[in-house]
Amino acid sequence: MKKFFALVLALTMALSLAACGESGGAAAGSAGGKGSSGKTLKIGVFEPASGDNGAGGKQEVLGIQYAQSLTPTVDINGETYNVELKVVDNQSTTDKAVSAAQELVSAGVSVVLGSYGSGCSIAAAPIFGSAQIPAVGCSCTNPAVTAANPYYFRVCYIDPFQGPVMANFAKDQFQAKKTYVLTMLGEDYGSNLATFYEQEFKDKLGGEYKAESFPEGTSDFSAYIQNAVAYGADVIFAPSATTYASLIISQAAKAGCKIPILAGDTWESSVILDAQKGSDLQVFCSTFFDENDKSGTAATFVKGFKEWLNADKQRLTDNGGNDIVAAVSALSFDAYNTAIEAIKIANSTKGSDIQQAMFKVDFDAVTGHITIDPDTGDANKGTAYIKQADNGAFKFIKTQSVAE
Amino acid sequence: MKKNNQRQGLITAGIVIVLLAVLVLLDNAAWVPPMLLTVLRKGVIYALVAVSMNLLNGFTGLFSLGQAGFMLLGAYSYAVLTIPVENQTAIYQQFKNGGLHFSITESLTNVMGEFGTLIGVIICLIIAGAVAALFAYLIGLPVLRLKSDYLAIATLGFAEILRALVQFEKLGPVTNGSNLLYGFTSFSNFQIGTLHLGTVMPFLFSGACIWIVVLLINSTYGRAFKAIRDDEVAAEAMGINLAKHKRMSFVISSFFAGISGGLLAMYQASVQAVTFKSAMTYEILLIVVIGGIGSITGSILASFLFVGCSEWWLRFLDNTTVVSLNGKIASVIVICVAIVGVVALIFWRNRKKAFADKRNTIFLTLIVGAVLLAGQIKFAISSSLQLPLLRSGFRMVIFSIVIMIMVLFFSKGIMGDRELPDLLQKRRNAKAAKASKGGDAQ
Amino acid sequence: MSRILPYLLSGISVGGQYALISIGYTMVYGILRLINFAHGDIFTVAGLLMVYAAATMPLYISAPLVIILTIILGVLVEKVAYKPLRTAPRMSVMISAIGMSYLLQNTMWYLTGGLAKKYPTLPWISDKINVGGTTTSRVTLITPFLTVILVIFLVMLIKKTKIGMAMRAASRDFETAQLMGVKVDSVVSFTFIVGSGLAAVGSMLYFTNYATVTPVVGAMPGLKAFVAAVFGGIGSIPGAVIGGFIIGICESFIKGASWTTFSDAFTFGLLIVILGVKPTGLFGESLTEKV
Repeated sequence: MKKFFALVLALTMALSLAACGESGGAAAGSAGGKGSSGKTLKIGVFEPASGDNGAGGKQEVLGIQYAQSLTPTVDINGETYNVELKVVDNQSTTDKAVSAAQELVSAGVSVVLGSYGSGCSIAAAPIFGSAQIPAVGCSCTNPAVTAANPYYFRVCYIDPFQGPVMANFAKDQFQAKKTYVLTMLGEDYGSNLATFYEQEFKDKLGGEYKAESFPEGTSDFSAYIQNAVAYGADVIFAPSATTYASLIISQAAKAGCKIPILAGDTWESSVILDAQKGSDLQVFCSTFFDENDKSGTAATFVKGFKEWLNADKQRLTDNGGNDIVAAVSALSFDAYNTAIEAIKIANSTKGSDIQQAMFKVDFDAVTGHITIDPDTGDANKGTAYIKQADNGAFKFIKTQSVAE
Repeated sequence: MKKNNQRQGLITAGIVIVLLAVLVLLDNAAWVPPMLLTVLRKGVIYALVAVSMNLLNGFTGLFSLGQAGFMLLGAYSYAVLTIPVENQTAIYQQFKNGGLHFSITESLTNVMGEFGTLIGVIICLIIAGAVAALFAYLIGLPVLRLKSDYLAIATLGFAEILRALVQFEKLGPVTNGSNLLYGFTSFSNFQIGTLHLGTVMPFLFSGACIWIVVLLINSTYGRAFKAIRDDEVAAEAMGINLAKHKRMSFVISSFFAGISGGLLAMYQASVQAVTFKSAMTYEILLIVVIGGIGSITGSILASFLFVGCSEWWLRFLDNTTVVSLNGKIASVIVICVAIVGVVALIFWRNRKKAFADKRNTIFLTLIVGAVLLAGQIKFAISSSLQLPLLRSGFRMVIFSIVIMIMVLFFSKGIMGDRELPDLLQKRRNAKAAKASKGGDAQ
Repeated sequence: MSRILPYLLSGISVGGQYALISIGYTMVYGILRLINFAHGDIFTVAGLLMVYAAATMPLYISAPLVIILTIILGVLVEKVAYKPLRTAPRMSVMISAIGMSYLLQNTMWYLTGGLAKKYPTLPWISDKINVGGTTTSRVTLITPFLTVILVIFLVMLIKKTKIGMAMRAASRDFETAQLMGVKVDSVVSFTFIVGSGLAAVGSMLYFTNYATVTPVVGAMPGLKAFVAAVFGGIGSIPGAVIGGFIIGICESFIKGASWTTFSDAFTFGLLIVILGVKPTGLFGESLTEKV
């Protein structure tokens, strides 16, 4: 009897949940259809809202939402379509990313934006590819994201550019001869960027390096910092997720380490500012755009985005509790606009048409002029901005390019 | 008797053929929600690994938590062996001259065409299982001498060691270190002309493996395993070689875990070592528990249920807002049903106790239930579409609460240690008994 | 010396924290023969509670409050997840423990959105000090001393008091103790009170040093603390503490020797070696396995 009762209960729950899921989905479709005058065009937002990259993912979603608030409609064949965002959480892991991507495909989106963290993009790329849905990466810097898939594009620069940039910066700024490289074991972003850094630093710039990695879940970095000191490093290059970054910085500061720490684009985050605050440790990161750039598009974006953030408490919280404009928000803003440009050129909601149109995109975006490379699908970008975390604010240091 | 067996065989074969036909249909029909295919594919892969874990934990009584480690080995072996040569430079971008410079599936495809791909995949899956089994053998030498909890912790530890090993920089030219492996033969490659076979193939692979496990369990070895589970000392006294049988069960279980790892790699179309954490083992263990420790069909049913809930049916719990009134009403109804159900369940559990003993439980349950219901009603009459509590992560909370309820109240799981055919048989027998009784009365 | 000292300091500090967590494991295992998988998560919850508590109230209220709440949580976990299964097979209890750990992790994930939270700075103990030419924070030095003091106190409690005697009886033979009139339920509750309280204290020391709290941060230290408990001999409190220090220091030196990839692997390797060579651990008494 008990078993029967349990079974009935389980079945009722399963069925009603399924029914709810279905009706919710169906209702969403119909509501969107008749809710307003025009038709609906769905754009998928494929970002982490939780996990190691959750903080960055939320900032990217903000950039997209802001872009959508500015450009809520798009005209296709004389008809006005309302853009509806479908946000899914890929939880920063490649296995969850597959189902999240599947969900976007089920929802029938026309274009996908994201993800923060290249691993998830690489994992999801075949799904978008086989569904013929073009995807625009915002800040995924691994070359492999677009390499294997004609349906994946991106608006940022890539690791083979970013790594050497930081190596050159170390050389130019600190006359560095020795670098201590620290990455997380099993994280593709860090180890990839580190490899490109090492290659440039050793082969082109004639320095030497020592590379170490820490296991996931490490909290105690004092031994690693000690290793860097013992090695006699001039700079530490530590591209990693912000969760670990704050531990590395605060423990380096505590241990009285004076070696400048360099990292990639992930470190441009308020977490880093908090960790560095109150110490004289020098922390640098490369980034995609300069918030205080006073010329044209970027300045307008920064001003508007700050107002938009301050208008809602939830947005401020998602941004990390302040209104500092992260480069990833600017990138995701650009990614949204790139997608809209492509849709306009394609004059269609069909994925394959939009994919073809991507190569014709040509406009002035916040992070610089955007045109897409016909071979790789990457935006043509050639400048990186170096910023320093300096007592609660990011200070612009210089634009850095790679020595030929 | 023989005739009866023959009839049963025919029925089984019929069911299998119908099932496969339905799957082919689902694979190719346009109206099928892609999520259904996802659940079916992932579900059947988890079914295999759950069955393999059940073989160890449920049938041999060895509490091992190393499944994720063996899946990792299988997934990596499969991926490394099947990445096409032309993709290897791009994938192993960090390691000069990385990769194996050959691909089993690719070579066979070149020789024999599409049929070669299939053969190649089967060979690679078997190698994946064999690699996992080899490591299991080595790990088993020291570990299998340990008892229950110690065995669990040691296998958990070894799974972590395996993960560190795969990510080890020095092995990078083969495993690609911390980076993903991708671009290998996956389910979407199974296609004849325009006929997609991406869902049928995992069912075939997984089904064949599970069938082998069933045969094993019903053999002399299987009976020896069960004897060890029930009483080690008695089993030894009966002349069963404990060390040999334990090792055998461990190695076979790991072999199938390795194969399911390979299948999982095919399903995900990319592998990265960080996803094979102990959390994965825990999920599989929970599937085994929900299905019933010692029941193959239970494990299979539970894995579809588990994957369905976590990937599909409960996903709406992660959305912050419902878009329409219908969705809102539906969600309120579902949650109310759930609350009432849980309250009723607690009452049912306590129905035989004296009132004094259950007073606290009853009051607490009623109060909590009433508060939750009131919250729902308040939400239902309010005009807001912003659901209370619902946001990213809520699904997993509900999910783990459901699992705790299962573990605490139905520790036997869905099936206990019985199998689906047994249950059907029992019902038929009961009916027959009833009928004959009725006949007697007349 | 100046090269070794920093590694030693960090090892002792980490080891002290493992020691505090492993006491909880060893006591529960000693009495219930149960690996309390949720213990590492209770430790994390304590960290998270402190994040929220310190944001709204002053430290002298929030710190004791966090300890009390953690203790309540620990006892609650025992009452909900372990007590109903007292007579069930050991595998079910262990599964229940894993399920509880899963639930706690998912709940924390839900509450924090899976994002790292910054732990509040506790005054005085997080100040920087200089030891033999190495800069470190005060908590690094305090941890081992505090651990040793707490352990001496705990050993006295177990040796001299009535509840301590009951605990020893229950850990020797659970059922006989029950027959002899020991109220085993309150003994078990008391064990969880002590274990969770120490986990809360441990979490304060731990997160002062490593100021980021994520939902899964306690899982690894938890497992390592269990290894420490096994290493020292399960059921033996001084053993657990010494095990914790040894593992912490070894780990630190392994990292110093650039074998960082395998620093976790080392811990589990040690477990397997010790179980193979001396299954009762350093200080464990050989008890007959309970069936």
